[in-house]
Amino acid sequence: MDVLQYTDAHQQFREHARTFLANEVIPFVDQWEKDKIVPRDIWRSIGKAGLLCTTVPELYQGPGHDFLHAVIVNEELSRTNHYGLMASLHSDIIAPYIATFGSEEQKHKYLPGCVSGDIVLALAMTEPDAGSDVASMTATAVEEGDEIVIDGAKTFISNGIHCDLVVVAAKDPAVENPHAAVSLYLVEDGTPGFNKGNKLDKMGMYSQDTSELFFSGCRIPKENLLGTKGQGFIMLMKKLQQERLVCSIMAVATAEHVCRQMLSHCKTSSVSGKPICKSQSIQFKLVEIATDVQIGRSFLDQLIADHMEGKDVNTQTSMAKYWTCEMVNRVVRESLDILGMEAVTENCHLVRTFRDVRVMPIFAGTSEVMKVIVAKNLGF
Amino acid sequence: MGFELTRPQKDIQKAVREYVKGEFKREVIEELTEKNQFPEALWKKAADLGFIGIHFPETCSGQDLGLLENALVAEALCTGDSTVGAGLSLSGFASETLLRFGTEEQKSTWLPKVAEGEILSCGAFTESGCGYDLNVKGTTAVKDGDHWVINGSKNFVINSGPLAGFYIVLCRTKADAKPETNGLSLILVESDRPGISISDVGPKTGFNLMHCADVDFSDVQVPISNTIGKENRGFFHASDIVCENRILIAAQAVGIAQGAYDRALSYVKSRKMFGRKLSQFQVTEHKIAEMAAKIEMTRLLVYKAASSCDAGPVDPKIASMAKMCATRAAIEVADEAIQLLGGYGYMTEYEVERYYRDAKITQIIEGSCETQKDTIADALLKKRGKNR
Repeated sequence: MDVLQYTDAHQQFREHARTFLANEVIPFVDQWEKDKIVPRDIWRSIGKAGLLCTTVPELYQGPGHDFLHAVIVNEELSRTNHYGLMASLHSDIIAPYIATFGSEEQKHKYLPGCVSGDIVLALAMTEPDAGSDVASMTATAVEEGDEIVIDGAKTFISNGIHCDLVVVAAKDPAVENPHAAVSLYLVEDGTPGFNKGNKLDKMGMYSQDTSELFFSGCRIPKENLLGTKGQGFIMLMKKLQQERLVCSIMAVATAEHVCRQMLSHCKTSSVSGKPICKSQSIQFKLVEIATDVQIGRSFLDQLIADHMEGKDVNTQTSMAKYWTCEMVNRVVRESLDILGMEAVTENCHLVRTFRDVRVMPIFAGTSEVMKVIVAKNLGF
Repeated sequence: MGFELTRPQKDIQKAVREYVKGEFKREVIEELTEKNQFPEALWKKAADLGFIGIHFPETCSGQDLGLLENALVAEALCTGDSTVGAGLSLSGFASETLLRFGTEEQKSTWLPKVAEGEILSCGAFTESGCGYDLNVKGTTAVKDGDHWVINGSKNFVINSGPLAGFYIVLCRTKADAKPETNGLSLILVESDRPGISISDVGPKTGFNLMHCADVDFSDVQVPISNTIGKENRGFFHASDIVCENRILIAAQAVGIAQGAYDRALSYVKSRKMFGRKLSQFQVTEHKIAEMAAKIEMTRLLVYKAASSCDAGPVDPKIASMAKMCATRAAIEVADEAIQLLGGYGYMTEYEVERYYRDAKITQIIEGSCETQKDTIADALLKKRGKNR
């Protein structure tokens, strides 16, 4: 029995997503990669197609689907050979902060735009000197009358250029305990004192607009506090299980996509008149790739099921995040070896994937950070 | 058995390192890599200092040294910068065919131009669909009086571009040769001959400062005297040169690994996390230890391969072992360097991602790991003995 129960409605949704991406995204990806950004309008198109924030309830003009719909969008996006349109980050990592911790007013104000693509979200947590080490964060938020003043610099912010609304983590300097000092705030684009920095030049994920964000005397109304003051750290921790799961879905779906391409390539292409797959050594490599992918898929599906049942699988999702993100790199590296000289130029699409996936064992907490968490949870 | 480099060899390393320190300016390299430009000024300077063609005879503007010395230069250049270093140390690519098999006249005409940084040289060996066994079929050279008439296409020809001076083209010169490998010849084709058209392969996985193009030869005429070495022995000449190239690329890989390691080491000593320096975490210590051990291990193997090649005869087995192990180590070390730098490791500005991509290229060109294993196994199991 399949661990995940996909219904006919799910299958139709998958077909719909695949068709949309085939028509509206895939033909333009090469250009977006050259432009090093996706057009702002694609966010509205994908929103209109009903593929953003699939789990947001109808009350807030969302589709109100189950999490499997989010899984489907993520998986289908992973087959588009780019990561610029990072809808899963927007829909399944950042929007849930508003959906879970936001006030009714905030939810009504922002969620419909997140669903339609009129609002693109970013999460500003990482700083130049503080990544997973949230306690050493230095951005500050100080109350002044009815306003809150935010100061600080954030970096490696995905959707940093396109974002219309940013969930910002900042500390109250008056609170000594660093974990109790962090709160989350909603900052709209265009707020005086909030500036987007330059797009960062990266190894890959060219079309993903990753940038620095600067806050300098940035004043926001008090009601833009998200959730309870001082609870920022706890809110972040609560959302990490799904964040890591989303990363694992991306990694496994990409690995599957690469694996499929390699199997067909090795059957249909020849070197010196011999089909590549007739080499025993290549066969063994392909078997290893297919096995890696299969193990990843089994583990992942189980975690998706557990997560949907509301189980605490923090330890397991941390394991999966590091293992699947390293697995996809292994799979792509080995695939380039099989492709040989073909993999020397960017005309080979897998070269882009090779550059793109290298960030996966780094973002959303490095493999090392995942292992620190698992070690702690195992009682060491 | 000595493991120490000689004094003159150490002096070469020192000289290259000083050149790197003085000339490999960050802003210059950033501009070059942004625009994908061949490092022309750095190349001329390296040639002036004698770092190009160090293994050529003194009469040909070289220093009469060996592959080991050339490998030391390549290593130090790539440690300084993987992409610039690779471009410079492959600027005389395939010139060794002239060095080993060329006539005095061919050598004195062409090698000084390479060593003095006047031209780049190209080896047009591989063709699409023929893998790396060099048993080319599609490019032919037919005699017409005192000329060869060459037709065919070659892929991924390194250095093919505006600075190319000549191509060493592996051509089929005897259609019915048995075995087929007895019917190939190496022919020097000057890059300004009519009938040559080139098409740049565009952005590459790595080694992006180097020109690389697909080259088409259409009724290109060159004198019969442009034949290098013996007619119909081209396959065997090229195979010998491939061994040298593999060792040179292995040396680049050692340099790339060292450069990535150096950058990671300095980062972990300064970056703080959870109240400690990264270098104070045991996992970091052990990662650094692994990286250093891999570099040391492959460096020894590459030096051994180079000096055994200098002592002769060329041993394809050791060359392939060096290529396979060193390029693999370079990828692993550069990969770990990215990981140690975290988010910064993924950013172009911090360079190690470029080292990783360049390391990957060293593994793919001049035969993938699969090809190296075929070569090693052939030698060990005497499968196809003589042909290799």
